[in-house]
Amino acid sequence: MSEGNVGSRFDRLPATDADRRVEGRASREAVVDYFEERFGIEPAVFEGHTFWEKGAGKIWAYAGESPTPATLEALGMTCLRTRQEHWKPTTDAVQRFGRHASENVIELPGPAAVRFAAGEDQELAWNGDWGYLIAAHELAGGLEPLGVGLYLHGELRSTVPKGRRRELSSLDDAGGSRRPLE
Amino acid sequence: MEPLERYRPIVDDFEAFRGACGRPLGTVVRVNTIKASVERAVATLEAEGVGYERVGWNPRVLRLETESPGATWASFHGFTHGQEEVSSAPAVVLDPEPGERVWDACGAPGGKTTQLAALMDDRGTVVANDNDLGRLSALRFNAERLGASSVAVTNADARNFSMAPFGFERFDRTLVDAPCSCEGTIRKNPDALEGWSLAAVESLAGVQKGILRRAVQATREGGTVVYSTCTFAPEENEAVVDHVLDRESCRVRPFELGLEGDPGLTGWKGEEYDPGLAAARRIYPHQNDTGGFFIAALEVTAG
Repeated sequence: MSEGNVGSRFDRLPATDADRRVEGRASREAVVDYFEERFGIEPAVFEGHTFWEKGAGKIWAYAGESPTPATLEALGMTCLRTRQEHWKPTTDAVQRFGRHASENVIELPGPAAVRFAAGEDQELAWNGDWGYLIAAHELAGGLEPLGVGLYLHGELRSTVPKGRRRELSSLDDAGGSRRPLE
Repeated sequence: MEPLERYRPIVDDFEAFRGACGRPLGTVVRVNTIKASVERAVATLEAEGVGYERVGWNPRVLRLETESPGATWASFHGFTHGQEEVSSAPAVVLDPEPGERVWDACGAPGGKTTQLAALMDDRGTVVANDNDLGRLSALRFNAERLGASSVAVTNADARNFSMAPFGFERFDRTLVDAPCSCEGTIRKNPDALEGWSLAAVESLAGVQKGILRRAVQATREGGTVVYSTCTFAPEENEAVVDHVLDRESCRVRPFELGLEGDPGLTGWKGEEYDPGLAAARRIYPHQNDTGGFFIAALEVTAG
Protein backbone atom coordinates (compact mmCIF):
# COMPACT_ATOMS: atom_id res chain seq x y z
CA MET A 1 0.00 0.00 0.00
CA SER A 2 1.37 3.39 -0.90
CA GLU A 3 1.09 6.52 1.26
CA GLY A 4 1.86 10.10 0.35
CA ASN A 5 4.82 12.14 1.54
CA VAL A 6 3.75 14.65 4.21
CA GLY A 7 5.89 17.76 3.80
CA SER A 8 5.61 19.18 7.31
CA ARG A 9 6.87 16.23 9.31
CA PHE A 10 9.90 13.98 9.53
CA ASP A 11 9.51 10.39 8.39
CA ARG A 12 12.27 7.89 8.94
CA LEU A 13 13.55 6.35 5.73
CA PRO A 14 12.73 2.67 5.18
CA ALA A 15 15.71 0.32 5.51
CA THR A 16 15.59 -0.80 1.89
CA ASP A 17 13.64 -0.01 -1.27
CA ALA A 18 11.63 -3.20 -0.67
CA ASP A 19 10.33 -1.74 2.64
CA ARG A 20 9.18 1.46 0.98
CA ARG A 21 5.59 2.56 1.64
CA VAL A 22 5.79 6.13 0.36
CA GLU A 23 6.09 6.71 -3.38
CA GLY A 24 9.46 8.07 -4.44
CA ARG A 25 11.00 8.00 -0.96
CA ALA A 26 14.68 7.05 -0.83
CA SER A 27 15.70 4.20 1.48
CA ARG A 28 18.52 4.21 4.01
CA GLU A 29 20.30 1.64 1.89
CA ALA A 30 20.06 3.86 -1.18
CA VAL A 31 21.39 6.88 0.71
CA VAL A 32 24.34 4.99 2.17
CA ASP A 33 25.02 3.38 -1.23
CA TYR A 34 24.97 6.79 -2.86
CA PHE A 35 27.66 8.18 -0.55
CA GLU A 36 29.74 5.02 -1.02
CA GLU A 37 29.39 4.75 -4.81
CA ARG A 38 29.75 8.43 -5.59
CA PHE A 39 32.33 9.47 -3.00
CA GLY A 40 33.81 6.27 -1.56
CA ILE A 41 32.49 7.07 1.93
CA GLU A 42 32.29 3.79 3.86
CA PRO A 43 28.81 2.86 5.15
CA ALA A 44 30.31 2.54 8.65
CA VAL A 45 30.62 6.35 8.74
CA PHE A 46 26.81 6.53 9.00
CA GLU A 47 26.37 3.68 11.48
CA GLY A 48 25.32 6.05 14.27
CA HIS A 49 22.86 7.99 12.11
CA THR A 50 19.28 7.50 11.02
CA PHE A 51 17.93 9.20 7.88
CA TRP A 52 14.67 11.14 7.60
CA GLU A 53 12.69 12.86 4.89
CA LYS A 54 10.92 16.17 5.42
CA GLY A 55 9.66 18.12 2.50
CA ALA A 56 9.90 16.69 -0.98
CA GLY A 57 13.18 14.87 -1.20
CA LYS A 58 15.13 16.64 1.54
CA ILE A 59 16.99 14.03 3.59
CA TRP A 60 18.24 14.66 7.14
CA ALA A 61 20.91 12.73 9.06
CA TYR A 62 20.23 12.43 12.78
CA ALA A 63 22.30 10.86 15.57
CA GLY A 64 19.66 11.01 18.31
CA GLU A 65 16.45 9.22 19.31
CA SER A 66 13.03 9.93 17.87
CA PRO A 67 9.87 8.06 17.06
CA THR A 68 8.62 8.26 13.47
CA PRO A 69 6.85 10.29 12.24
CA ALA A 70 8.14 13.33 14.15
CA THR A 71 6.72 16.82 14.07
CA LEU A 72 9.40 19.28 15.06
CA GLU A 73 11.55 22.01 13.53
CA ALA A 74 14.68 20.03 12.76
CA LEU A 75 16.11 16.56 13.25
CA GLY A 76 19.89 16.58 12.89
CA MET A 77 21.14 18.12 9.67
CA THR A 78 20.07 18.20 6.04
CA CYS A 79 22.44 15.98 4.12
CA LEU A 80 21.02 15.17 0.70
CA ARG A 81 18.49 16.31 -1.87
CA THR A 82 16.69 13.35 -3.51
CA ARG A 83 13.61 13.02 -5.75
CA GLN A 84 15.62 14.49 -8.63
CA GLU A 85 17.70 12.84 -11.34
CA HIS A 86 21.06 13.69 -9.77
CA TRP A 87 21.08 13.59 -5.99
CA LYS A 88 22.90 16.49 -4.39
CA PRO A 89 24.64 16.42 -1.00
CA THR A 90 24.59 19.58 1.14
CA THR A 91 27.58 21.76 1.94
CA ASP A 92 27.13 21.06 5.64
CA ALA A 93 27.00 17.28 5.18
CA VAL A 94 30.09 17.31 2.96
CA GLN A 95 31.95 19.37 5.54
CA ARG A 96 30.79 16.99 8.29
CA PHE A 97 31.30 13.61 6.58
CA GLY A 98 33.36 14.40 3.46
CA ARG A 99 36.73 13.86 5.09
CA HIS A 100 36.00 10.14 4.65
CA ALA A 101 35.60 10.54 0.88
CA SER A 102 38.07 8.97 -1.55
CA GLU A 103 36.37 9.47 -4.94
CA ASN A 104 35.12 12.46 -6.89
CA VAL A 105 37.07 14.78 -4.64
CA ILE A 106 38.54 17.72 -6.52
CA GLU A 107 41.50 19.32 -4.75
CA LEU A 108 41.66 23.06 -5.23
CA PRO A 109 44.88 25.08 -4.96
CA GLY A 110 44.85 28.14 -2.67
CA PRO A 111 43.37 30.81 -4.97
CA ALA A 112 40.76 28.41 -6.38
CA ALA A 113 39.70 27.45 -2.85
CA VAL A 114 39.24 31.14 -2.05
CA ARG A 115 36.98 31.59 -5.10
CA PHE A 116 35.04 28.46 -4.20
CA ALA A 117 34.41 29.63 -0.63
CA ALA A 118 33.21 32.97 -2.01
CA GLY A 119 30.62 31.12 -4.11
CA GLU A 120 32.26 31.84 -7.47
CA ASP A 121 32.19 29.58 -10.52
CA GLN A 122 35.53 28.95 -12.21
CA GLU A 123 37.07 27.24 -15.23
CA LEU A 124 39.11 24.25 -14.12
CA ALA A 125 40.60 21.15 -15.70
CA TRP A 126 39.26 17.89 -14.25
CA ASN A 127 39.65 14.42 -15.75
CA GLY A 128 37.08 12.67 -13.59
CA ASP A 129 33.28 12.37 -13.65
CA TRP A 130 31.04 15.33 -14.25
CA GLY A 131 28.31 16.22 -11.81
CA TYR A 132 28.46 16.84 -8.09
CA LEU A 133 31.97 16.69 -6.63
CA ILE A 134 33.42 17.29 -3.20
CA ALA A 135 35.68 20.33 -3.44
CA ALA A 136 38.55 20.20 -0.95
CA HIS A 137 41.78 21.99 -0.17
CA GLU A 138 44.97 21.31 1.70
CA LEU A 139 44.64 22.76 5.17
CA ALA A 140 47.07 22.49 8.05
CA GLY A 141 48.48 19.15 6.99
CA GLY A 142 45.31 17.48 5.72
CA LEU A 143 42.77 17.61 2.91
CA GLU A 144 39.64 19.38 4.13
CA PRO A 145 36.29 19.42 2.30
CA LEU A 146 35.02 22.89 1.40
CA GLY A 147 31.63 21.99 0.00
CA VAL A 148 29.87 20.70 -3.08
CA GLY A 149 30.87 21.72 -6.58
CA LEU A 150 28.95 21.02 -9.78
CA TYR A 151 31.40 20.20 -12.58
CA LEU A 152 30.13 20.67 -16.15
CA HIS A 153 31.85 21.62 -19.43
CA GLY A 154 35.19 22.59 -17.91
CA GLU A 155 33.63 24.70 -15.18
CA LEU A 156 33.34 24.10 -11.44
CA ARG A 157 30.30 25.81 -9.98
CA SER A 158 30.36 26.46 -6.27
CA THR A 159 27.10 25.53 -4.53
CA VAL A 160 28.10 27.06 -1.19
CA PRO A 161 24.86 28.72 0.02
CA LYS A 162 24.84 32.52 0.34
CA GLY A 163 24.91 32.51 4.13
CA ARG A 164 27.97 30.25 4.20
CA ARG A 165 30.08 32.16 1.65
CA ARG A 166 33.14 34.00 2.94
CA GLU A 167 35.76 36.32 1.48
CA LEU A 168 38.96 34.67 2.67
CA SER A 169 42.63 34.91 1.79
CA SER A 170 44.67 32.27 0.04
CA LEU A 171 46.52 29.94 2.37
CA ASP A 172 49.35 29.85 -0.17
CA ASP A 173 50.44 33.33 0.89
CA ALA A 174 49.28 33.58 4.51
CA GLY A 175 51.57 33.64 7.49
CA GLY A 176 54.43 35.89 6.36
CA SER A 177 53.66 39.16 8.06
CA ARG A 178 51.07 37.91 10.55
CA ARG A 179 52.20 35.56 13.26
CA PRO A 180 50.38 33.77 16.07
CA LEU A 181 50.65 35.23 19.54
CA GLU A 182 53.14 33.62 21.86
CA MET B 1 25.60 51.93 34.18
CA GLU B 2 23.32 53.41 36.85
CA PRO B 3 21.36 50.21 37.48
CA LEU B 4 24.63 48.53 38.51
CA GLU B 5 24.82 50.75 41.62
CA ARG B 6 22.43 48.41 43.37
CA TYR B 7 25.16 45.75 43.39
CA ARG B 8 27.66 47.89 45.34
CA PRO B 9 26.85 46.03 48.61
CA ILE B 10 27.46 42.57 47.10
CA VAL B 11 30.48 43.10 44.83
CA ASP B 12 33.82 43.07 46.67
CA ASP B 13 35.83 45.46 44.52
CA PHE B 14 33.01 47.56 43.13
CA GLU B 15 35.26 50.07 41.34
CA ALA B 16 37.09 47.26 39.50
CA PHE B 17 33.68 45.81 38.61
CA ARG B 18 32.46 49.17 37.26
CA GLY B 19 35.69 49.65 35.36
CA ALA B 20 35.53 46.22 33.71
CA CYS B 21 31.87 46.76 32.73
CA GLY B 22 32.99 49.82 30.77
CA ARG B 23 35.66 48.01 28.74
CA PRO B 24 34.78 46.18 25.51
CA LEU B 25 35.42 42.45 25.30
CA GLY B 26 37.94 40.82 22.99
CA THR B 27 37.11 38.24 20.36
CA VAL B 28 36.67 34.72 21.66
CA VAL B 29 35.82 31.49 19.85
CA ARG B 30 35.07 27.98 21.00
CA VAL B 31 36.65 25.10 19.12
CA ASN B 32 33.94 22.86 17.69
CA THR B 33 35.38 19.41 18.36
CA ILE B 34 32.67 17.77 16.23
CA LYS B 35 34.62 18.96 13.20
CA ALA B 36 38.19 19.46 14.39
CA SER B 37 40.45 18.74 17.33
CA VAL B 38 41.81 21.73 19.22
CA GLU B 39 45.21 20.98 17.63
CA ARG B 40 43.77 21.07 14.11
CA ALA B 41 41.76 24.23 14.76
CA VAL B 42 44.85 25.93 16.16
CA ALA B 43 46.98 24.74 13.23
CA THR B 44 44.40 26.21 10.85
CA LEU B 45 44.50 29.58 12.57
CA GLU B 46 48.29 29.49 12.43
CA ALA B 47 48.23 28.61 8.72
CA GLU B 48 46.05 31.64 7.99
CA GLY B 49 48.06 33.92 10.25
CA VAL B 50 45.40 34.62 12.87
CA GLY B 51 46.92 35.17 16.29
CA TYR B 52 45.33 33.35 19.23
CA GLU B 53 45.74 32.77 22.92
CA ARG B 54 44.43 29.82 24.91
CA VAL B 55 42.45 30.37 28.11
CA GLY B 56 43.55 28.41 31.15
CA TRP B 57 40.25 27.02 32.37
CA ASN B 58 38.91 25.59 29.11
CA PRO B 59 41.16 24.01 26.44
CA ARG B 60 38.44 24.51 23.82
CA VAL B 61 38.25 28.28 24.20
CA LEU B 62 40.59 30.63 22.28
CA ARG B 63 41.00 34.39 22.37
CA LEU B 64 41.62 35.60 18.81
CA GLU B 65 43.63 38.53 17.56
CA THR B 66 41.03 39.57 14.99
CA GLU B 67 37.91 41.71 14.93
CA SER B 68 36.07 39.34 12.58
CA PRO B 69 36.26 35.74 13.80
CA GLY B 70 33.71 34.73 11.16
CA ALA B 71 36.07 35.67 8.32
CA THR B 72 38.56 32.86 8.86
CA TRP B 73 39.05 29.46 7.27
CA ALA B 74 38.66 27.97 10.74
CA SER B 75 35.16 29.44 10.90
CA PHE B 76 34.28 28.58 7.30
CA HIS B 77 35.00 24.94 8.06
CA GLY B 78 33.06 25.09 11.32
CA PHE B 79 36.19 24.41 13.38
CA THR B 80 35.45 27.50 15.47
CA HIS B 81 32.33 29.30 16.63
CA GLY B 82 32.17 32.80 18.07
CA GLN B 83 31.06 32.42 21.68
CA GLU B 84 31.89 34.66 24.60
CA GLU B 85 34.30 33.02 27.01
CA VAL B 86 32.06 32.95 30.09
CA SER B 87 29.05 31.75 28.10
CA SER B 88 30.81 28.44 27.51
CA ALA B 89 30.80 27.79 31.27
CA PRO B 90 27.20 26.51 31.79
CA ALA B 91 27.58 23.58 29.37
CA VAL B 92 30.87 22.63 31.02
CA VAL B 93 29.08 22.59 34.39
CA LEU B 94 26.23 20.50 32.97
CA ASP B 95 28.92 18.04 31.78
CA PRO B 96 26.81 15.83 29.47
CA GLU B 97 28.13 12.44 28.36
CA PRO B 98 27.93 10.74 24.95
CA GLY B 99 24.65 8.88 24.46
CA GLU B 100 22.65 10.88 27.00
CA ARG B 101 19.34 12.72 26.54
CA VAL B 102 19.85 16.39 27.10
CA TRP B 103 17.45 19.31 26.93
CA ASP B 104 18.54 22.83 26.13
CA ALA B 105 15.34 24.59 27.16
CA CYS B 106 16.21 28.05 25.78
CA GLY B 107 18.59 27.00 23.04
CA ALA B 108 18.73 29.81 20.47
CA PRO B 109 20.97 30.97 18.90
CA GLY B 110 22.72 27.66 19.48
CA GLY B 111 26.20 28.35 20.86
CA LYS B 112 25.52 26.33 24.00
CA THR B 113 23.41 23.73 22.17
CA THR B 114 26.25 22.91 19.80
CA GLN B 115 28.69 22.95 22.69
CA LEU B 116 26.56 20.31 24.45
CA ALA B 117 26.54 18.20 21.27
CA ALA B 118 30.32 18.52 21.01
CA LEU B 119 30.82 17.54 24.67
CA MET B 120 28.78 14.41 23.83
CA ASP B 121 30.92 13.68 20.74
CA ASP B 122 27.73 14.29 18.74
CA ARG B 123 26.28 11.00 20.08
CA GLY B 124 23.01 10.99 21.98
CA THR B 125 20.04 13.35 21.85
CA VAL B 126 20.21 17.10 22.36
CA VAL B 127 16.74 18.63 22.24
CA ALA B 128 17.18 22.33 21.55
CA ASN B 129 14.07 24.36 22.20
CA ASP B 130 13.22 28.01 21.87
CA ASN B 131 9.96 29.89 21.80
CA ASP B 132 11.23 32.43 19.26
CA LEU B 133 10.98 31.11 15.72
CA GLY B 134 13.29 33.79 14.31
CA ARG B 135 16.04 32.92 16.76
CA LEU B 136 15.47 29.24 16.06
CA SER B 137 16.50 29.72 12.45
CA ALA B 138 19.85 31.03 13.73
CA LEU B 139 20.11 27.96 15.93
CA ARG B 140 19.41 25.65 13.00
CA PHE B 141 21.94 27.44 10.83
CA ASN B 142 24.62 27.17 13.53
CA ALA B 143 23.87 23.53 14.30
CA GLU B 144 24.22 22.55 10.64
CA ARG B 145 27.30 24.68 10.06
CA LEU B 146 28.94 23.03 13.05
CA GLY B 147 27.81 19.55 11.99
CA ALA B 148 25.82 18.90 15.18
CA SER B 149 23.77 15.95 13.96
CA SER B 150 22.54 14.93 17.43
CA VAL B 151 20.40 18.05 17.76
CA ALA B 152 16.59 17.94 17.48
CA VAL B 153 14.95 21.37 17.37
CA THR B 154 11.58 22.26 18.88
CA ASN B 155 9.61 25.51 18.97
CA ALA B 156 7.64 25.66 22.21
CA ASP B 157 7.18 27.65 25.39
CA ALA B 158 9.57 25.83 27.74
CA ARG B 159 7.21 26.46 30.70
CA ASN B 160 4.78 23.86 29.41
CA PHE B 161 7.14 21.80 27.29
CA SER B 162 5.63 18.51 26.20
CA MET B 163 7.59 15.25 26.16
CA ALA B 164 5.03 13.77 23.77
CA PRO B 165 7.15 14.12 20.59
CA PHE B 166 9.95 11.98 22.04
CA GLY B 167 10.23 8.30 22.69
CA PHE B 168 11.24 8.81 26.33
CA GLU B 169 9.85 10.31 29.55
CA ARG B 170 12.72 12.29 31.08
CA PHE B 171 16.02 13.88 30.18
CA ASP B 172 19.31 12.96 31.86
CA ARG B 173 20.39 16.60 31.99
CA THR B 174 18.84 19.95 31.27
CA LEU B 175 20.31 23.37 30.66
CA VAL B 176 18.18 26.41 31.38
CA ASP B 177 20.14 29.37 30.05
CA ALA B 178 17.22 31.64 30.71
CA PRO B 179 16.10 34.77 28.90
CA CYS B 180 17.18 37.55 31.26
CA SER B 181 17.88 41.26 31.65
CA CYS B 182 21.39 40.69 30.23
CA GLU B 183 23.19 43.10 32.57
CA GLY B 184 26.31 40.97 32.27
CA THR B 185 26.53 41.52 28.51
CA ILE B 186 27.20 45.25 28.90
CA ARG B 187 30.78 44.86 27.65
CA LYS B 188 29.50 43.38 24.39
CA ASN B 189 26.39 45.51 24.13
CA PRO B 190 26.78 48.97 25.73
CA ASP B 191 23.01 49.52 25.44
CA ALA B 192 22.26 46.48 27.61
CA LEU B 193 21.13 48.60 30.56
CA GLU B 194 19.00 51.05 28.58
CA GLY B 195 15.41 50.78 29.65
CA TRP B 196 16.37 48.75 32.74
CA SER B 197 13.57 48.56 35.29
CA LEU B 198 12.85 46.51 38.35
CA ALA B 199 9.46 45.72 36.86
CA ALA B 200 11.13 44.16 33.82
CA VAL B 201 13.47 42.17 36.06
CA GLU B 202 10.52 40.87 38.08
CA SER B 203 8.56 40.01 34.97
CA LEU B 204 11.51 38.02 33.61
CA ALA B 205 11.86 36.29 36.98
CA GLY B 206 8.31 35.01 36.63
CA VAL B 207 9.12 33.41 33.28
CA GLN B 208 12.42 32.02 34.58
CA LYS B 209 10.68 30.33 37.53
CA GLY B 210 8.23 28.66 35.17
CA ILE B 211 10.97 27.39 32.88
CA LEU B 212 13.19 26.10 35.70
CA ARG B 213 10.26 24.28 37.34
CA ARG B 214 9.44 22.54 34.07
CA ALA B 215 13.13 21.69 33.58
CA VAL B 216 13.30 19.93 36.97
CA GLN B 217 10.07 18.04 36.22
CA ALA B 218 11.40 16.90 32.83
CA THR B 219 14.70 15.60 34.23
CA ARG B 220 15.12 12.14 35.73
CA GLU B 221 15.86 11.53 39.40
CA GLY B 222 19.60 11.83 39.95
CA GLY B 223 19.92 13.96 36.82
CA THR B 224 21.32 17.47 36.69
CA VAL B 225 19.72 20.78 35.82
CA VAL B 226 21.97 23.79 35.29
CA TYR B 227 20.38 27.21 35.58
CA SER B 228 22.28 30.16 34.16
CA THR B 229 21.74 33.79 33.19
CA CYS B 230 23.97 36.56 31.92
CA THR B 231 22.68 38.97 34.53
CA PHE B 232 23.58 40.05 38.06
CA ALA B 233 20.07 40.68 39.43
CA PRO B 234 19.47 38.30 42.39
CA GLU B 235 15.75 38.44 41.57
CA GLU B 236 16.56 36.56 38.33
CA ASN B 237 19.17 34.27 39.87
CA GLU B 238 19.15 33.07 43.47
CA ALA B 239 15.49 34.06 43.96
CA VAL B 240 14.47 31.92 40.97
CA VAL B 241 16.40 28.89 42.18
CA ASP B 242 15.12 29.38 45.73
CA HIS B 243 11.53 29.47 44.43
CA VAL B 244 12.03 26.18 42.58
CA LEU B 245 13.83 24.48 45.50
CA ASP B 246 10.66 25.10 47.54
CA ARG B 247 8.33 23.62 44.93
CA GLU B 248 10.15 20.85 43.06
CA SER B 249 12.20 17.82 44.13
CA CYS B 250 15.76 19.04 43.81
CA ARG B 251 18.73 20.40 45.71
CA VAL B 252 21.69 22.64 44.88
CA ARG B 253 24.75 20.66 43.84
CA PRO B 254 28.28 22.12 44.20
CA PHE B 255 30.46 22.10 41.08
CA GLU B 256 34.05 22.69 40.04
CA LEU B 257 34.84 25.40 37.48
CA GLY B 258 38.24 26.88 36.76
CA LEU B 259 36.90 30.44 36.62
CA GLU B 260 37.10 32.89 39.47
CA GLY B 261 33.71 33.76 40.94
CA ASP B 262 31.79 34.60 44.10
CA PRO B 263 29.42 32.24 45.94
CA GLY B 264 25.72 32.65 45.26
CA LEU B 265 23.82 34.93 47.65
CA THR B 266 21.79 33.53 50.52
CA GLY B 267 19.85 36.76 50.96
CA TRP B 268 19.01 40.02 49.19
CA LYS B 269 16.90 43.06 50.11
CA GLY B 270 15.45 41.42 53.19
CA GLU B 271 14.67 38.10 51.46
CA GLU B 272 16.41 34.95 52.67
CA TYR B 273 17.33 32.15 50.29
CA ASP B 274 18.16 28.47 50.77
CA PRO B 275 21.67 28.27 52.31
CA GLY B 276 22.57 25.75 49.57
CA LEU B 277 22.66 28.66 47.14
CA ALA B 278 26.15 29.48 48.38
CA ALA B 279 27.25 26.64 46.06
CA ALA B 280 26.05 28.61 43.02
CA ARG B 281 28.50 30.93 41.28
CA ARG B 282 28.38 34.64 40.45
CA ILE B 283 30.97 35.49 37.84
CA TYR B 284 31.73 39.20 37.60
CA PRO B 285 33.42 40.85 34.60
CA HIS B 286 36.51 42.02 36.52
CA GLN B 287 37.28 38.58 37.92
CA ASN B 288 38.25 36.83 34.67
CA ASP B 289 38.04 39.69 32.15
CA THR B 290 34.83 38.23 30.67
CA GLY B 291 31.14 39.07 30.62
CA GLY B 292 29.07 38.47 33.74
CA PHE B 293 27.21 35.23 34.50
CA PHE B 294 25.30 33.35 37.16
CA ILE B 295 25.38 29.55 37.30
CA ALA B 296 23.62 27.13 39.64
CA ALA B 297 23.61 23.33 39.38
CA LEU B 298 20.64 21.35 40.73
CA GLU B 299 20.36 17.65 41.38
CA VAL B 300 16.91 16.20 40.82
CA THR B 301 15.85 14.15 43.84
CA ALA B 302 13.07 11.61 44.48
CA GLY B 303 9.69 13.31 44.19
